[in-house]
Amino acid sequence: MGKLGSVAAVAGGIGLVALALAGWTRQPAVQGGASVTGKVKFTGKAPANPVIDMTEEPKCKAKYTAPAREQIVEVNPNGTLADVFVYVKSGLPASYKAPAPTGPVTLDQDGCRYHPHVFGILVGQTLAIKNSDGILHNIKAKGTKNRPFNISQPTTMTSERTFTASEVMVPLECNVHGWMHAWVGVLPHPFFGVSGTDGSYAIRGLPPGTYTIEAWHEKYGTQTATVTVTGSETKTGDFSFAAK
Amino acid sequence: MKADRTALLAAVLLSVYPAIRLSAQDTTAGKNVYVKWCAGCHGETGAGDGPAASTMLPRPRNFTGAVYKVRTTASGQLPTDADLMRAIDDGLPGSAMPAWKGRLSDGERRDVMAYLKTFSSFFADTSQHIAALTFSKEPGGGAGAAALKEGRLFYDSIGCRKCHGDQGHGDGPSAPTLKDDAGFPIYAADLHQSWRFRGGPTAADIYRRLRTGLDGTPMPSFSDLIDQKFLTDEQLWRLAQYVRSLSPAETPEVRDVIHAAQIAGALPAAPDDSAWARLDRYWFPLVGQVIRKPRWFAPAVSGVWVQAVHNGRELALRVSWDDRSQSPDTAWLAFERRVLETMASDDSSPPPSAAEPWPDQLAVQFPRHIPDGMERPYFLMGAATDPVYQWRWTSQPRRAVAGLARGIDQFDALPSAPAAQAVYDHGEWRVVFTRALATPDTANDVQLATGRAIPVAFFAWDGSDGEHGSRMAVSTWYFLALDRPTPASVVVSPLIAMVVTLGLGMLVIVRAQRRGGQEGRGAGRRSGV
Repeated sequence: MGKLGSVAAVAGGIGLVALALAGWTRQPAVQGGASVTGKVKFTGKAPANPVIDMTEEPKCKAKYTAPAREQIVEVNPNGTLADVFVYVKSGLPASYKAPAPTGPVTLDQDGCRYHPHVFGILVGQTLAIKNSDGILHNIKAKGTKNRPFNISQPTTMTSERTFTASEVMVPLECNVHGWMHAWVGVLPHPFFGVSGTDGSYAIRGLPPGTYTIEAWHEKYGTQTATVTVTGSETKTGDFSFAAK
Repeated sequence: MKADRTALLAAVLLSVYPAIRLSAQDTTAGKNVYVKWCAGCHGETGAGDGPAASTMLPRPRNFTGAVYKVRTTASGQLPTDADLMRAIDDGLPGSAMPAWKGRLSDGERRDVMAYLKTFSSFFADTSQHIAALTFSKEPGGGAGAAALKEGRLFYDSIGCRKCHGDQGHGDGPSAPTLKDDAGFPIYAADLHQSWRFRGGPTAADIYRRLRTGLDGTPMPSFSDLIDQKFLTDEQLWRLAQYVRSLSPAETPEVRDVIHAAQIAGALPAAPDDSAWARLDRYWFPLVGQVIRKPRWFAPAVSGVWVQAVHNGRELALRVSWDDRSQSPDTAWLAFERRVLETMASDDSSPPPSAAEPWPDQLAVQFPRHIPDGMERPYFLMGAATDPVYQWRWTSQPRRAVAGLARGIDQFDALPSAPAAQAVYDHGEWRVVFTRALATPDTANDVQLATGRAIPVAFFAWDGSDGEHGSRMAVSTWYFLALDRPTPASVVVSPLIAMVVTLGLGMLVIVRAQRRGGQEGRGAGRRSGV
């Protein structure tokens, strides 16, 4: 076994060296300077988000002056839609290699809601799941391309997990509080953004190319757009979702 | 050197061989076993959607996602082969999954295990880490008061009650909102019925479930708490031991005859009278009513505990059962709707009606007359020509009536209702029925008599599970025996018998001794004859 093992190790080593050489001989990954920015418009009458009954959780309830609502459809005062995940779905050169993540992405459970409600993360990047409420939450990830997890957090604490595969989106939920949902887009590149309180998003640092950009919303589904960028230009890509 | 090499080669072959066998294994043979025995529930493609699946709650496992409840691996990780074999061999208690050990050969079970792994690409993904967690050994003293108190402390502090309820009956405030990963309604486990735990009933099984969680369900893993030193490993064991202590030490055995002891004086008419604690209790399992349409495959009440006592004039019968809701309860309406949407309805019946606030109900059934032989009316509420006598209790209005059932659909109330007192206590109903043994209506009311085998059966409905009418849980016929007081002769007769036996014995011995002496003396004489 030992001998067999070392043979395998040597073979593996050669393989690695070969891979490394192959990588080295190719051009280093192009980190571009182009951007795609835009707004996510919303037309029609926004449905009211359900009011959350927090009677069972006075600690959470105390964090709100007005009754807290779910965050399914967040229409901004300027008529735009928040919490839309916009990302490069395809078009990156095969040689593209994402930079190593610089730090963890934090998901906070505060006031029995998730902050942020929609966000992106790199494959392999640490997700720090923080419980600021100090009451029992469980955090369950229900990906299908990623293995799931379901962690109990009965106190103020932070748990860390990572995702191993691209997946848009992985649903996150708390089963103690059935209204708590969050969505994470797991990507092998950093070209994603989430529309904010002004409805705008930005994807920066794109290498030149033609991309399919997808906008995802938890209730209204997806839309795509094609954008071609060169150099360090900024192109506009607006999306518009309509009330159903 | 050469011998060395041969030995090495042999060792390598030996160690690799099982792997080769396993991978060649026989997924072809496994497929045959699967198609024949498993696909009916789990579906041809392993998606948990076989023809029988829609009558099951919990639903059969969907193998395509490779998400398994009962594992020894960390939350979200793939199960080990041993984990899968355990589920196949022992089945999953409290679900429709039977134990296959003894029904399928060792080879067949291994083959089918290998085959069901092919339904998900995760098993072929070599980057997946499959390793059983290291589990510590159970610390001693787990049944002691101090350990249980500590366990209870953590039951409260880590929020178990949120789903499992204050007393562990699965009736916590979050329980009505629970769904599994496929969106089907799921019950928080009733911690008083360890024999129905999917992963096994022991404290060690419970400890493992706490460490690993039950993937695909709301039950999370508590391992992070130990890693972050919020809990020690021993404290998690104490919690497991506390949870174990909520169930009987042994799986309740089903005994056919309820013995009602005779006592002097007043009967305990209140459900929480201390006298009940001193009386034997009998467990009767209930199953879904699947004979008459509309059938019901998801009974919420899995059984009733029954106690009985009489005083020669009256009978008191206490029935206790676990029920997550005091129906009607609007907090459970959405859950009820999901149950009705999930469960297939019979082709002949209208589609599941909208969720309605049904009450909880219980029926205790007797024949109208105690039969002399084994002939009894039809157990499923009698027949038009051969009715049965029933007590029917409802939670709203809170009352009991007596009547004659002529099949499931017809119930004609009789004027004499039994007295009934009920208590709903953290997920458990306790109802005491009291009635005179003899009543004026001898034609319709069963006349309860001591020393007879009185047939008795039970029916239960959980309104918040959508149960009403034929959607109910049923038992078969059992017996109630009103014991006679022990007559003095029972105590005296053995004494007399003992004295007589002793006397006779002595007589025999004395006579034998005497004859022995005579024979010894007379031997010479006889030989001389």
